[in-house]
Amino acid sequence: MKLAVWTYEGPPHVGAMRVATGMTGLHMVLHAPQGDTYADLLFTMIERRNHRPPVSYTTFQARDLGADTAGLFKSACQDTHDRFQPQAIMVAASCTAELIQDDPGGLAETMGLSVPVIALDLPSYQRKENFGADEAFLQICRALARPMARTARVTCNILGPTALGFRHRDDLAEITGLLSELGIQVNVAAPMGASPADIQRMGAAHFNVLLYPETAESAARWCEKELGQPYTKTIPIGARATRAFINEVRALSGSTLPVDETRLRQPWWAASVDSTYLTGKRVFLFGDGTHVMAAARVARDEMGFDVCGMGCYNREQARPLRTLAREFGLEALITDDYLEVEAAIEAASPEMILGTQMERHIGKRLGIPCAVISAPVHVQDFPARYSPQMGFEGANVLFDTWVHPLVMGLEEHLLHMFRDDFEFHDAAGPSHHGAKAQPLPHSTPAAPAAADEGGSMPPPSAPLSLENIVWLSCAERELKKIPFFVRGKARRNTESFAFEKGLREISIDTLYEAKAHYAR
Amino acid sequence: MSAHPATCSSAPVLKERGQREVFCGLTGIIWLHRKMQDAFFLVVGSRTCAHLLQSAAGVMIFAEPRFGTAILEEKDLAGMADANEELDREVGRLLARRPDIRQLFLVGSCPSEVIKLDLARAAERLSVQHAPHVRVLNFSGSGIETTFTQGEDACLASMVPTLPQTQEKELLLVGALPDVVEDQALDLLAQMGIAPVRCLPARRSNDTPAIGPNSVFALTQPFLGDTHAALLRRGARHIPAPFPFGAEGTLLWLTAVAAEFGISPDVVARVTAAPRARAEKSIAAAAETLRGKRIFFMPDSQLEVPLARFLTRECGMIAVEIGTPYLHAELHGPELDLIAAGPTLSEGQDVDRQLDRVRAARPDLTVCGLGLANPLEAEGLATKWAIELVFTPVHFFEQAGDLASLFARPLRRRAILEAPNLEAAE
Repeated sequence: MKLAVWTYEGPPHVGAMRVATGMTGLHMVLHAPQGDTYADLLFTMIERRNHRPPVSYTTFQARDLGADTAGLFKSACQDTHDRFQPQAIMVAASCTAELIQDDPGGLAETMGLSVPVIALDLPSYQRKENFGADEAFLQICRALARPMARTARVTCNILGPTALGFRHRDDLAEITGLLSELGIQVNVAAPMGASPADIQRMGAAHFNVLLYPETAESAARWCEKELGQPYTKTIPIGARATRAFINEVRALSGSTLPVDETRLRQPWWAASVDSTYLTGKRVFLFGDGTHVMAAARVARDEMGFDVCGMGCYNREQARPLRTLAREFGLEALITDDYLEVEAAIEAASPEMILGTQMERHIGKRLGIPCAVISAPVHVQDFPARYSPQMGFEGANVLFDTWVHPLVMGLEEHLLHMFRDDFEFHDAAGPSHHGAKAQPLPHSTPAAPAAADEGGSMPPPSAPLSLENIVWLSCAERELKKIPFFVRGKARRNTESFAFEKGLREISIDTLYEAKAHYAR
Repeated sequence: MSAHPATCSSAPVLKERGQREVFCGLTGIIWLHRKMQDAFFLVVGSRTCAHLLQSAAGVMIFAEPRFGTAILEEKDLAGMADANEELDREVGRLLARRPDIRQLFLVGSCPSEVIKLDLARAAERLSVQHAPHVRVLNFSGSGIETTFTQGEDACLASMVPTLPQTQEKELLLVGALPDVVEDQALDLLAQMGIAPVRCLPARRSNDTPAIGPNSVFALTQPFLGDTHAALLRRGARHIPAPFPFGAEGTLLWLTAVAAEFGISPDVVARVTAAPRARAEKSIAAAAETLRGKRIFFMPDSQLEVPLARFLTRECGMIAVEIGTPYLHAELHGPELDLIAAGPTLSEGQDVDRQLDRVRAARPDLTVCGLGLANPLEAEGLATKWAIELVFTPVHFFEQAGDLASLFARPLRRRAILEAPNLEAAE
């Protein structure tokens, strides 16, 4: 048993619903009690879908439990088959139905339905939403895709985009366009937009483009093994990764066609002098593993940020993320407990968070700006405009999105110069945002903060530690003159510097010596 | 109840038992935890329950919420861990972190009911452990037993046996209302000379009402059937009345309460004259949009019957179908007596068949859940999300106009967006 206040991922059947809802001509029958129908609103409200998800629920009640829930499931299957006439039916149980062990797959098989039945086994008490999506897509491919003759021209499948995915709609459009420039037609993009009949002809493609390992890595591996299709490993998020992706596609396809980079503005936007102020901004990254790993590279290599923390909520990506974090000199945070994420962010006191909607709320509370880079999604993550994360336009979007929450360059200077102005003070927040940011609460322990010159001092015998270093009040006052968005860093750096030098107290001189020491 | 031939009280009820597109009772926690300021709601359930709670509110409420989910894991189910010990540990941690909590509700879910985790015994055990500072109660908000607003009913019903005993003749208002609305109701009752009045649920556990054989109670919500029964078992008497929606409903409700306390209709008329006139005026403004329009209620909150009465009698709407998850004859009877015969009355749901009826009837407005609203809008059918009706102050005189506006707004919006483009026409 584990206490959860907010969750990053839904249950596995919601992942399977994301696959079913992204597709056409497929209908899912979910053995579930009535409350589980809430999941429909994720698609109709958050994503603003204009159709109900293709999901029929058995909505069994307590009075059915002693009677015939299996019969209820079979009649729901038959009704679905007759009413919606899908090309294939996918059947699964939600967490409650898993407990009553009706075996939807076995029941559906005995019914002699005229269309293929794809049975899912979703362990609701062990796994989560991304697993459910990945597993559902894998089972759909296993049930329907077969080796076949390749298309005459080089084609590929795009694997991964689902309903309710973070910018999947626009990523798919962007990457389809990019492949087209390379002279490669998309055979099938799946799950999003594909029908069971499309899945059946996936084997005709020469290779696969895997956009989201979270939802399609198992399917990509299966296609590699069973259909002989290699798949791309680079996730084209950021200008550099997009170029690497292009090279990977060229190697797989033999394409030598040029790619037009004139639309790509991000590298020059980052290089132009106005962006100098971005240099070394400390950012904390949290989200799904794929987006965090890609964003970490963009943050460091293309934006000039300093990555001070990173982590993901999906354990499936823990290993590659830990490896990348070590390369950045960091320890990755792998957790789905948002209170732990909040504590880690507070401790790192970054100048910006690149996270999910959860981190956006954490940032609001801590007064740290945040840009959203990953699911879980929110109605705001489905903009009306074209806004991909991938490809060259995606790189442009990343630049704009990540810079927007920050105090802009000249404004930052003005805050340094006129920090005591009663209207233009450092707690007022960026001038282009309505909401007022709150200064970071200091995480300094009570004793040193209360200490004054000549005040209570830790006994000289106590071993020196970061916790018992004392700020003299003059230094404390000087620290307050530093704008809030760098104050946390200045405090931490100064304390580390004092600790390294074996100093028990921090004076104004210590503060500026530390500043010189860490000067970049 | 007198069954007049021209009203819905004698109409046949279409009983449906198919797929139900509704929330489970856990959803009630979203408003109950704001109402009861020293209570914490701990759902003992699955990841689905936690996901529902954060999704159903439409937006995540990110002030540290006073609810959470103890998520059952494989080891709890396989018997490798003692679920009761695990629960005690999580409750201990929670109460240590939130010393301000005085009431803890253990909320049963579909999985906890299916594995027969005895939360009543757990609540007793934990009450002893954490007494006197925290009282631990339990109720079920599971989807196999409760539909949407029935979660509030189950919660309030769980409190009734623990209420202290009294011999006083006191009025108890039953139902979670927004504080501002509750204050208005208390003020009207005080002006009529009815005091003291207690509320269930109380905003804080210190104000918990007492109950006894001389207590009388009035329901402010139409979905409190179990609470009604539990109060009767404690010897309290119910004041039957239409519910306080709209000017008419509020007046009838107040009149029934006043009669119980021997207060003359003259006093009621004097006290209610001004607010009633305001209500009628503001309803009239919205009714201009609503008059003659046809409305279809999908079953959702059990508010459907009183709202149909309000919208047909005070706003001039025509009800096509009044669907409700559960038709409670005793509570809804006074409402049905007032609704003119004509609309189909349906109880329960078979969502695809009901949608076929919506499409055939093509009503001007369909009241439905969030899962159905955008798909119907995309088919050209205007909708009103039912969940807004339980999240918005809509009771009593001062909110009657707001209630009517909630239904008028989708129609007005549609008219604005569909208006011919004058610039293009020039």
